[in-house]
Amino acid sequence: MSQTSPAPAATHHGPPTTFISKHVFSLDHKVIGKQYYALAFVAVITGMVLSWLMRIHLGWTNAAIPGLQVLSPNGAPGGVMTPEYYLQLMTMHATIMVFFVLTTAPFAAFGNYFLPIQVGAEDMPFPHFNMMSFWTTFTAFLVLIAAFFVSEGPPLAGWTAYAPLSAIGKAAGPGEGTGQVLWAASIGIFCIGQLLGALNFISTVLDMRTKGMTLSRLPVTCWAWFITSCMGLTAFAVLMPATILLILDHVAGTSFFVPSGLVINDQLIPHSGGSTLLWQHLFWFFGHPEVYIAIVPGMGIVTHVLITNMRRPMLSIKAILYSMWALAFLSYMVYGHHMFVSGMNPFSSLAFSFPTLMITIPSTVVVLIWIGSLYGSKLRINSASLFALGFISMFVSGGVSGFFLAQPSIDIMLHATYFVVGHFHMVMGVAAMFGIFAGTYFWFPKMTGHMMNETLGKVHFWLTFVGTYCIFMPFHYLGWAGNVRRYAAFSDDYMKPLVPLHQFITIAALFTGAAQLIFIYNLIHSRFKGPAAPANPWEGTSLEWIMPSPPPWNNFGGKDPVVYHDADQFGVKTASGADYIMQNSPEQALEPSGGD
Amino acid sequence: MAKLLALTIIVIAILSAIPVVMHTWEPPADVSTHGHMIDAQMADTMIEAGVSFLAAQIILAFFIWKFSGSRPEDKVKTFPGGAKGLVLAAIVLVGAEVLALGAFGTKAWATVYFTPPAADSMPIQVQAGQFAFYFRYPGPDGKFGQIHPELINEGTQNLFGLDPEHDVESRDDVVTAEMAIPVNKEIHLLMHAKDVSHSFYVPALRVHQDFVPGLDLSLHFTATKVGKYEIVCSQLCGLGHYSMRAYLNVMSAQDFDDWMKKQQAAQ
Repeated sequence: MSQTSPAPAATHHGPPTTFISKHVFSLDHKVIGKQYYALAFVAVITGMVLSWLMRIHLGWTNAAIPGLQVLSPNGAPGGVMTPEYYLQLMTMHATIMVFFVLTTAPFAAFGNYFLPIQVGAEDMPFPHFNMMSFWTTFTAFLVLIAAFFVSEGPPLAGWTAYAPLSAIGKAAGPGEGTGQVLWAASIGIFCIGQLLGALNFISTVLDMRTKGMTLSRLPVTCWAWFITSCMGLTAFAVLMPATILLILDHVAGTSFFVPSGLVINDQLIPHSGGSTLLWQHLFWFFGHPEVYIAIVPGMGIVTHVLITNMRRPMLSIKAILYSMWALAFLSYMVYGHHMFVSGMNPFSSLAFSFPTLMITIPSTVVVLIWIGSLYGSKLRINSASLFALGFISMFVSGGVSGFFLAQPSIDIMLHATYFVVGHFHMVMGVAAMFGIFAGTYFWFPKMTGHMMNETLGKVHFWLTFVGTYCIFMPFHYLGWAGNVRRYAAFSDDYMKPLVPLHQFITIAALFTGAAQLIFIYNLIHSRFKGPAAPANPWEGTSLEWIMPSPPPWNNFGGKDPVVYHDADQFGVKTASGADYIMQNSPEQALEPSGGD
Repeated sequence: MAKLLALTIIVIAILSAIPVVMHTWEPPADVSTHGHMIDAQMADTMIEAGVSFLAAQIILAFFIWKFSGSRPEDKVKTFPGGAKGLVLAAIVLVGAEVLALGAFGTKAWATVYFTPPAADSMPIQVQAGQFAFYFRYPGPDGKFGQIHPELINEGTQNLFGLDPEHDVESRDDVVTAEMAIPVNKEIHLLMHAKDVSHSFYVPALRVHQDFVPGLDLSLHFTATKVGKYEIVCSQLCGLGHYSMRAYLNVMSAQDFDDWMKKQQAAQ
């Protein structure tokens, strides 16, 4: 790591002068970060409501859901969901959650808000690109939601959109015409937004660090966002052209993903020469790094929150950083484990299996450093640290199921079952959400100038922690029993006995979903009525805590902070008696703490 | 609060492990010659994953319990051995064991995919289309007639697009909606997709393979127990995906011969 730091760049924009330039088309990275958070907030509520509807249907297939017929008279006549409508809601649930929540909140929302501040900059180097990044992503969301309002509704091919189901148009099923094209257009637009964001993030870390902020003094969150940006730059750059090719197969008569000789309703499909596996390769080349795009920022946030609340540095922050780099690197070499039984060469399966198994090593290093650092710490329990600790528990639970799915021979039994659904919900969904919650409770005072209600935060944690285990651990049992995923009902002889377990999961999902109302109330109520937040409520060391809450438009009031330490100066002995030294304080510790 | 979290983590970890130890939910019993290797690999992985899961959760809980109530005058302590010991443990205890597990597991995979079918195996073709499987036996000549996609017509029940008028080999082909096979006889399954991707998943046979439109694949397996087993589609194929299934009827050799004669007579 370089020990030199560049001079900070000049200011790129002045203070906002109008309502529009302050709150809508803002160039301020903090406003853009909040806009991303608001988008993720709307998206997660939409995605969660969709999951409720799906779960009710899976538990009680013939149940009429009051009001559902209004949303879709064809998809739910009399409120009873049709099988195709189930698949359409499932596709939208997953697409919204993966792209507009798990990618948007931990990376784009928190990253936009805190990355420039934590490196000591006034803004990102390309504020206009940054504004375009959000509005492009927002447009992508609108395009996706528009699929609900076209005549045949959204696509039913799942968030993976496997060709040729996704490529041959209306004939393949409801929503596979206009709905599928809107889906592909939405994802393509989303990729542009993320590429703009990734360029800005990378430039911010490389070019905008303030005096003294060497690479080795960067807070771990900055590294997490930087690594995620590098992944995003390469992963979204592959997905975007793939979605363009998919749209061309629909509208221009091309056959990138459709081979010859396919017959639907006794009609020969007028395509030839394409490859169905090509889509899978392109999609998963993006799709597996996407898992880490969702989780690495969470790992950074959790590490940052834990250091502050353990009042000590990590045993080795370098081990965590190198492990995050290793995860990012390996994520490109493992994508084929999604395709063990896809029909690709079985030798390839072994080639993809071993890097997948190797991912265990950096993942275990991170977990052991987290747990080992708890030893001898002075752990403070608050809503943020509870969610950070919950993240570790979830990451372990989701991680060990990867032992199974990394092996092609076991995948013969578990592929496309609820085991896979349990695995990725645990590690990529719930763990990442816990990272978002930890970040929210931790940074809300800085972002709004108000404290959140800690009691409500803790109640929210307990209900969510127990509830999510009740939902997602049984998914693994269903998978072991061979319960296939993406089924609208379970009428097969060997799956029928599993329906009571599905009903239990549905009840747990409704319960856990309802518990999120506490969070929503706390978030909105505290925003307006919460007690005023001091500049440094958690006694943190990084630069976001040296400025008022909320920060002024130009962050540091036109002065460049000077950095003297890394962000891990906790558990130290100082002349003032404090157990921490802020990054911009020239004070030296009388007695250092552990860690490298 | 911290102690309650520690207890909750331990209770969740133990409750999660109970159904696994008690075998509460299990796949259908194996009826194949190769399935025991997959089951053994699954069991070995379960032990390693289970131990890692319980150890990590319990140690996490223990440290939360022990180090949350520190007093201001307490000094921060460092884990004995520091980070080096933990990184070494991650590589040696977990990494090496998981990699070894993967290496051993290749045997089961190789048995399924790297060994050719026996010369006397019975060829059966399966065609997957929205939302049914159809099966084809080559008939007395031992040869399948060619598929002509443009001739596929469900109305006339020409499900494989055969052209018996011009194609002699197709005239004795036997097409069925149920897959019947003789017990203890190796089957060479030839897989063809009619429209979109599907999958051939038979949990009891420990067999799972996607159909790839435009690419005909094959599998081979031997069923060891007479009975009826479900074949289900596991690759999302459209609105009727959940209902796409067929039965695999494993029969004695005599029963199979009788069944085949009956099917030939009905064609």
